[in-house]
Amino acid sequence: MPLYLETTMHELGIANAILDTVRAEMESRGGARPQRVGLRIGELTAVDPEALRFAFEVLTQDSDFSGLALDFEICPLRHRCPDCAHDFDVKDYVFACPRCGALRTECIGGDELELAYLEVEDGKSAARTQSTA
Amino acid sequence: MEKVPLERKVLHENDRIAAELRSRFQAEGVLCLNLISAPGSGKTALLEKTLEMLDKSERVAVLTGDIQTDNDAARLKRYGFPVKQITTGGTCHLDARMIEKALEGWSLHDVDLLFIENVGNLVCPSSYDLGEAAKIVLLSVTEGEDKPLKYPSIFFKSSLVILTKLDLLPHVPFNLAAAEENARRTHPDVEMVKLSSLSGQGMGDWLGWLAKRRQAARQRQVAAPR
Repeated sequence: MPLYLETTMHELGIANAILDTVRAEMESRGGARPQRVGLRIGELTAVDPEALRFAFEVLTQDSDFSGLALDFEICPLRHRCPDCAHDFDVKDYVFACPRCGALRTECIGGDELELAYLEVEDGKSAARTQSTA
Repeated sequence: MEKVPLERKVLHENDRIAAELRSRFQAEGVLCLNLISAPGSGKTALLEKTLEMLDKSERVAVLTGDIQTDNDAARLKRYGFPVKQITTGGTCHLDARMIEKALEGWSLHDVDLLFIENVGNLVCPSSYDLGEAAKIVLLSVTEGEDKPLKYPSIFFKSSLVILTKLDLLPHVPFNLAAAEENARRTHPDVEMVKLSSLSGQGMGDWLGWLAKRRQAARQRQVAAPR
Protein backbone atom coordinates (compact mmCIF):
# COMPACT_ATOMS: atom_id res chain seq x y z
CA MET A 1 0.00 0.00 0.00
CA PRO A 2 1.41 3.44 -0.86
CA LEU A 3 2.42 5.35 2.23
CA TYR A 4 -0.02 8.17 1.55
CA LEU A 5 -2.99 5.87 2.04
CA GLU A 6 -1.88 5.23 5.59
CA THR A 7 -1.54 8.82 6.63
CA THR A 8 -3.95 10.40 9.01
CA MET A 9 -4.29 14.08 8.39
CA HIS A 10 -4.96 16.49 5.60
CA GLU A 11 -1.49 18.06 5.44
CA LEU A 12 0.33 14.73 5.84
CA GLY A 13 -1.42 13.31 2.77
CA ILE A 14 -0.54 16.43 0.82
CA ALA A 15 3.09 16.32 2.03
CA ASN A 16 3.27 12.73 0.78
CA ALA A 17 1.90 13.67 -2.62
CA ILE A 18 4.55 16.44 -2.87
CA LEU A 19 7.26 13.97 -1.93
CA ASP A 20 6.05 11.45 -4.53
CA THR A 21 6.44 14.11 -7.24
CA VAL A 22 9.87 15.22 -6.00
CA ARG A 23 11.02 11.59 -5.88
CA ALA A 24 9.86 10.92 -9.45
CA GLU A 25 11.44 14.16 -10.70
CA MET A 26 14.77 13.42 -9.00
CA GLU A 27 14.87 9.85 -10.28
CA SER A 28 14.66 11.21 -13.81
CA ARG A 29 17.58 13.57 -13.02
CA GLY A 30 19.91 10.91 -11.64
CA GLY A 31 21.43 11.67 -8.28
CA ALA A 32 21.22 15.47 -7.90
CA ARG A 33 19.97 16.68 -4.51
CA PRO A 34 16.82 18.80 -4.29
CA GLN A 35 17.10 21.90 -2.10
CA ARG A 36 13.74 23.69 -2.18
CA VAL A 37 10.21 23.04 -3.38
CA GLY A 38 8.00 25.96 -4.37
CA LEU A 39 4.27 25.61 -3.68
CA ARG A 40 1.23 27.71 -4.48
CA ILE A 41 -1.54 27.34 -1.93
CA GLY A 42 -4.93 28.92 -2.41
CA GLU A 43 -6.88 30.39 0.48
CA LEU A 44 -9.85 28.16 -0.34
CA THR A 45 -7.93 24.87 0.09
CA ALA A 46 -7.81 25.18 3.90
CA VAL A 47 -4.23 23.89 3.88
CA ASP A 48 -2.27 25.19 6.83
CA PRO A 49 1.32 26.02 5.72
CA GLU A 50 2.83 25.40 9.15
CA ALA A 51 1.09 22.03 9.53
CA LEU A 52 2.28 21.14 6.03
CA ARG A 53 5.85 22.19 6.86
CA PHE A 54 5.75 20.06 10.02
CA ALA A 55 4.33 17.03 8.16
CA PHE A 56 6.98 17.46 5.49
CA GLU A 57 9.78 17.59 8.08
CA VAL A 58 8.51 14.44 9.76
CA LEU A 59 8.33 12.58 6.44
CA THR A 60 11.74 13.67 5.19
CA GLN A 61 13.84 13.40 8.35
CA ASP A 62 16.60 10.80 8.10
CA SER A 63 15.76 10.31 4.41
CA ASP A 64 17.50 11.34 1.19
CA PHE A 65 15.33 14.45 1.22
CA SER A 66 16.22 15.53 4.75
CA GLY A 67 16.48 19.34 4.90
CA LEU A 68 14.44 19.89 1.73
CA ALA A 69 12.79 23.27 2.28
CA LEU A 70 9.27 24.38 1.30
CA ASP A 71 8.56 27.84 -0.12
CA PHE A 72 4.96 28.98 -0.02
CA GLU A 73 3.10 31.42 -2.16
CA ILE A 74 -0.32 31.97 -0.59
CA CYS A 75 -2.89 32.87 -3.25
CA PRO A 76 -5.86 35.01 -2.21
CA LEU A 77 -9.37 34.09 -3.21
CA ARG A 78 -10.23 36.10 -6.33
CA HIS A 79 -13.40 36.12 -8.39
CA ARG A 80 -14.44 37.63 -11.71
CA CYS A 81 -17.85 39.04 -12.44
CA PRO A 82 -19.09 37.74 -15.81
CA ASP A 83 -21.57 40.63 -16.08
CA CYS A 84 -19.28 43.63 -15.63
CA ALA A 85 -15.85 41.92 -16.03
CA HIS A 86 -14.68 43.17 -12.64
CA ASP A 87 -11.97 41.10 -10.87
CA PHE A 88 -12.00 41.34 -7.08
CA ASP A 89 -10.55 39.83 -3.89
CA VAL A 90 -13.22 37.88 -2.02
CA LYS A 91 -13.52 39.10 1.56
CA ASP A 92 -15.23 36.99 4.24
CA TYR A 93 -16.48 34.60 1.56
CA VAL A 94 -18.92 37.10 0.09
CA PHE A 95 -18.87 36.15 -3.58
CA ALA A 96 -21.25 38.79 -4.94
CA CYS A 97 -19.68 41.37 -7.26
CA PRO A 98 -18.84 44.48 -5.19
CA ARG A 99 -19.27 46.70 -8.28
CA CYS A 100 -22.55 45.61 -9.86
CA GLY A 101 -23.97 43.26 -7.22
CA ALA A 102 -24.20 40.19 -9.49
CA LEU A 103 -24.48 37.04 -7.36
CA ARG A 104 -22.95 34.57 -9.80
CA THR A 105 -19.22 35.17 -10.06
CA GLU A 106 -16.41 32.89 -11.18
CA CYS A 107 -13.39 31.74 -9.20
CA ILE A 108 -10.15 32.90 -10.88
CA GLY A 109 -7.77 32.24 -7.99
CA GLY A 110 -7.52 30.88 -4.48
CA ASP A 111 -8.18 27.22 -5.27
CA GLU A 112 -4.54 26.41 -6.10
CA LEU A 113 -2.70 23.47 -4.60
CA GLU A 114 0.21 23.43 -7.01
CA LEU A 115 3.86 22.55 -7.27
CA ALA A 116 5.54 25.54 -8.89
CA TYR A 117 9.23 24.63 -8.99
CA LEU A 118 12.03 22.55 -7.58
CA GLU A 119 15.50 23.90 -6.87
CA VAL A 120 18.26 21.35 -7.31
CA GLU A 121 22.05 21.41 -7.15
CA ASP A 122 23.24 22.00 -10.68
CA GLY A 123 24.09 18.94 -12.74
CA LYS A 124 27.86 19.41 -12.61
CA SER A 125 28.17 19.54 -8.86
CA ALA A 126 25.79 16.57 -8.56
CA ALA A 127 27.92 14.60 -10.97
CA ARG A 128 31.10 15.52 -9.01
CA THR A 129 29.50 14.36 -5.78
CA GLN A 130 28.60 11.08 -7.41
CA SER A 131 32.06 10.47 -8.93
CA THR A 132 33.85 11.12 -5.62
CA ALA A 133 31.44 8.92 -3.67
CA MET B 1 21.57 25.92 -8.20
CA GLU B 2 19.10 25.09 -10.90
CA LYS B 3 15.41 25.97 -10.77
CA VAL B 4 13.24 23.32 -12.40
CA PRO B 5 9.69 24.40 -13.20
CA LEU B 6 7.15 21.77 -12.10
CA GLU B 7 3.83 23.57 -12.70
CA ARG B 8 1.50 20.76 -11.78
CA LYS B 9 -1.12 20.12 -9.15
CA VAL B 10 0.07 18.60 -5.90
CA LEU B 11 -2.66 15.97 -6.12
CA HIS B 12 -2.07 15.35 -9.85
CA GLU B 13 -1.89 11.58 -9.36
CA ASN B 14 -5.25 11.61 -7.56
CA ASP B 15 -6.69 13.88 -10.25
CA ARG B 16 -5.41 11.58 -13.01
CA ILE B 17 -7.15 8.55 -11.49
CA ALA B 18 -10.29 10.61 -10.81
CA ALA B 19 -10.40 11.69 -14.48
CA GLU B 20 -10.16 8.04 -15.56
CA LEU B 21 -12.99 7.14 -13.19
CA ARG B 22 -15.09 10.04 -14.50
CA SER B 23 -14.75 8.86 -18.11
CA ARG B 24 -15.62 5.30 -17.07
CA PHE B 25 -18.72 6.53 -15.22
CA GLN B 26 -19.74 8.65 -18.18
CA ALA B 27 -19.19 5.86 -20.72
CA GLU B 28 -21.28 3.45 -18.66
CA GLY B 29 -23.97 6.04 -17.87
CA VAL B 30 -23.31 5.89 -14.12
CA LEU B 31 -24.31 8.89 -12.02
CA CYS B 32 -21.70 9.02 -9.26
CA LEU B 33 -22.43 11.19 -6.23
CA ASN B 34 -19.97 11.99 -3.44
CA LEU B 35 -21.74 12.57 -0.09
CA ILE B 36 -19.78 14.69 2.36
CA SER B 37 -20.57 15.99 5.84
CA ALA B 38 -19.27 16.25 9.38
CA PRO B 39 -19.48 13.00 11.38
CA GLY B 40 -23.05 12.37 12.54
CA SER B 41 -24.92 14.63 10.09
CA GLY B 42 -26.90 11.67 8.76
CA LYS B 43 -25.19 10.45 5.57
CA THR B 44 -25.80 6.78 6.35
CA ALA B 45 -29.35 7.44 7.57
CA LEU B 46 -30.15 9.32 4.35
CA LEU B 47 -28.74 6.48 2.24
CA GLU B 48 -30.75 3.93 4.27
CA LYS B 49 -33.98 5.84 3.69
CA THR B 50 -33.12 6.37 0.01
CA LEU B 51 -32.39 2.67 -0.58
CA GLU B 52 -35.56 1.78 1.27
CA MET B 53 -37.64 4.02 -0.99
CA LEU B 54 -36.02 3.11 -4.32
CA ASP B 55 -37.53 0.29 -6.34
CA LYS B 56 -35.59 -2.95 -5.91
CA SER B 57 -35.16 -3.16 -9.68
CA GLU B 58 -33.10 0.06 -9.64
CA ARG B 59 -29.42 -0.41 -10.43
CA VAL B 60 -27.91 1.33 -7.44
CA ALA B 61 -24.64 0.65 -5.61
CA VAL B 62 -22.93 2.19 -2.60
CA LEU B 63 -19.32 2.62 -1.50
CA THR B 64 -19.10 3.74 2.10
CA GLY B 65 -15.93 5.06 3.71
CA ASP B 66 -14.96 5.07 7.35
CA ILE B 67 -11.71 5.18 9.27
CA GLN B 68 -12.63 1.97 11.12
CA THR B 69 -15.44 -0.66 11.24
CA ASP B 70 -17.76 -1.97 8.55
CA ASN B 71 -20.85 -0.97 10.55
CA ASP B 72 -22.18 1.34 7.81
CA ALA B 73 -21.92 -1.33 5.11
CA ALA B 74 -23.79 -3.74 7.40
CA ARG B 75 -26.57 -1.14 7.84
CA LEU B 76 -26.80 -0.43 4.10
CA LYS B 77 -26.62 -4.04 2.87
CA ARG B 78 -30.04 -4.78 4.37
CA TYR B 79 -31.75 -3.13 1.41
CA GLY B 80 -30.50 -5.66 -1.13
CA PHE B 81 -28.28 -3.36 -3.22
CA PRO B 82 -24.54 -3.97 -3.66
CA VAL B 83 -22.59 -2.19 -0.92
CA LYS B 84 -18.87 -2.17 -0.24
CA GLN B 85 -17.11 -0.76 2.80
CA ILE B 86 -13.85 1.15 2.35
CA THR B 87 -11.96 1.19 5.64
CA THR B 88 -9.24 3.83 5.38
CA GLY B 89 -7.37 2.78 8.53
CA GLY B 90 -6.69 6.34 9.61
CA THR B 91 -7.04 8.49 6.52
CA CYS B 92 -9.60 11.26 7.01
CA HIS B 93 -10.95 11.21 3.44
CA LEU B 94 -11.41 8.89 0.47
CA ASP B 95 -9.10 9.31 -2.49
CA ALA B 96 -9.54 8.28 -6.13
CA ARG B 97 -7.26 5.26 -5.83
CA MET B 98 -9.42 3.84 -3.02
CA ILE B 99 -12.49 4.17 -5.25
CA GLU B 100 -10.70 2.54 -8.20
CA LYS B 101 -9.67 -0.37 -5.97
CA ALA B 102 -13.12 -0.74 -4.38
CA LEU B 103 -14.75 -0.92 -7.83
CA GLU B 104 -12.62 -3.93 -8.84
CA GLY B 105 -14.92 -6.89 -9.34
CA TRP B 106 -17.98 -4.72 -9.96
CA SER B 107 -19.39 -4.32 -13.45
CA LEU B 108 -20.24 -0.63 -13.85
CA HIS B 109 -22.37 -1.68 -16.79
CA ASP B 110 -24.89 -2.96 -14.24
CA VAL B 111 -24.96 0.27 -12.22
CA ASP B 112 -26.88 3.49 -12.98
CA LEU B 113 -26.39 5.27 -9.68
CA LEU B 114 -23.33 5.04 -7.46
CA PHE B 115 -23.33 6.69 -4.06
CA ILE B 116 -19.99 7.31 -2.38
CA GLU B 117 -20.35 8.05 1.32
CA ASN B 118 -17.17 9.86 2.25
CA VAL B 119 -15.46 9.79 5.66
CA GLY B 120 -17.18 12.21 8.05
CA ASN B 121 -15.11 15.38 7.62
CA LEU B 122 -15.78 18.80 6.07
CA VAL B 123 -12.17 19.71 5.24
CA CYS B 124 -10.09 16.99 3.57
CA PRO B 125 -12.72 15.42 1.27
CA SER B 126 -13.10 18.78 -0.47
CA SER B 127 -9.54 18.47 -1.90
CA TYR B 128 -9.87 14.96 -3.32
CA ASP B 129 -11.72 14.48 -6.60
CA LEU B 130 -13.22 10.98 -6.77
CA GLY B 131 -14.49 11.24 -10.34
CA GLU B 132 -18.01 12.07 -9.12
CA ALA B 133 -20.56 13.98 -11.18
CA ALA B 134 -21.45 16.03 -8.12
CA LYS B 135 -20.47 16.57 -4.53
CA ILE B 136 -23.33 16.78 -2.05
CA VAL B 137 -22.84 18.33 1.38
CA LEU B 138 -25.11 17.50 4.31
CA LEU B 139 -25.71 19.82 7.26
CA SER B 140 -27.95 18.73 10.13
CA VAL B 141 -30.08 21.06 12.21
CA THR B 142 -28.22 19.95 15.34
CA GLU B 143 -25.08 21.67 14.02
CA GLY B 144 -24.31 25.38 13.76
CA GLU B 145 -26.06 27.29 10.98
CA ASP B 146 -22.73 29.04 10.35
CA LYS B 147 -20.99 25.87 9.09
CA PRO B 148 -21.10 27.09 5.45
CA LEU B 149 -19.07 30.13 6.56
CA LYS B 150 -16.64 28.06 8.62
CA TYR B 151 -16.05 25.47 5.87
CA PRO B 152 -16.65 27.49 2.68
CA SER B 153 -14.60 25.25 0.39
CA ILE B 154 -16.89 22.24 0.57
CA PHE B 155 -20.07 24.33 0.32
CA PHE B 156 -18.57 26.17 -2.66
CA LYS B 157 -17.71 22.91 -4.43
CA SER B 158 -20.98 21.08 -3.75
CA SER B 159 -23.85 21.10 -6.23
CA LEU B 160 -26.45 20.33 -3.58
CA VAL B 161 -26.80 21.18 0.11
CA ILE B 162 -29.04 18.83 2.09
CA LEU B 163 -30.29 20.11 5.43
CA THR B 164 -31.00 16.97 7.45
CA LYS B 165 -32.79 15.97 10.69
CA LEU B 166 -35.63 18.40 9.96
CA ASP B 167 -37.82 16.46 12.43
CA LEU B 168 -35.62 17.82 15.25
CA LEU B 169 -36.15 21.45 14.26
CA PRO B 170 -38.80 22.16 16.94
CA HIS B 171 -36.38 21.01 19.64
CA VAL B 172 -33.19 22.85 18.70
CA PRO B 173 -32.29 26.55 18.32
CA PHE B 174 -31.36 26.19 14.64
CA ASN B 175 -32.17 29.09 12.35
CA LEU B 176 -33.07 27.43 9.06
CA ALA B 177 -33.27 30.71 7.13
CA ALA B 178 -29.81 31.75 8.39
CA ALA B 179 -28.35 28.39 7.37
CA GLU B 180 -29.81 28.75 3.88
CA GLU B 181 -28.56 32.32 3.64
CA ASN B 182 -25.05 31.28 4.75
CA ALA B 183 -24.96 28.45 2.20
CA ARG B 184 -26.09 30.86 -0.57
CA ARG B 185 -23.52 33.43 0.54
CA THR B 186 -20.80 30.84 -0.08
CA HIS B 187 -22.43 29.44 -3.21
CA PRO B 188 -25.17 31.69 -4.63
CA ASP B 189 -26.78 29.25 -7.06
CA VAL B 190 -26.39 26.06 -5.00
CA GLU B 191 -29.43 23.80 -4.94
CA MET B 192 -30.94 22.98 -1.57
CA VAL B 193 -33.13 20.25 -0.13
CA LYS B 194 -34.51 20.06 3.42
CA LEU B 195 -35.48 16.65 4.73
CA SER B 196 -35.77 14.18 7.56
CA SER B 197 -34.56 10.64 6.90
CA LEU B 198 -36.50 9.57 9.99
CA SER B 199 -39.94 10.97 9.18
CA GLY B 200 -39.51 10.97 5.40
CA GLN B 201 -40.39 14.68 5.16
CA GLY B 202 -38.69 16.21 2.12
CA MET B 203 -37.55 12.84 0.73
CA GLY B 204 -39.63 13.48 -2.38
CA ASP B 205 -37.56 16.58 -3.17
CA TRP B 206 -34.35 14.58 -2.81
CA LEU B 207 -35.62 11.72 -4.99
CA GLY B 208 -36.76 14.32 -7.53
CA TRP B 209 -33.28 15.85 -7.61
CA LEU B 210 -31.80 12.36 -8.09
CA ALA B 211 -34.20 11.58 -10.93
CA LYS B 212 -33.30 14.85 -12.68
CA ARG B 213 -29.57 14.18 -12.41
CA ARG B 214 -29.94 10.55 -13.51
CA GLN B 215 -31.84 11.69 -16.58
CA ALA B 216 -29.04 14.15 -17.38
CA ALA B 217 -26.41 11.39 -16.92
CA ARG B 218 -28.28 9.12 -19.34
CA GLN B 219 -28.49 11.91 -21.91
CA ARG B 220 -24.74 12.54 -21.60
CA GLN B 221 -24.12 8.84 -22.24
CA VAL B 222 -26.27 8.91 -25.35
CA ALA B 223 -24.54 12.09 -26.51
CA ALA B 224 -21.07 10.57 -26.07
CA PRO B 225 -21.22 6.88 -27.03
CA ARG B 226 -18.03 4.84 -26.89
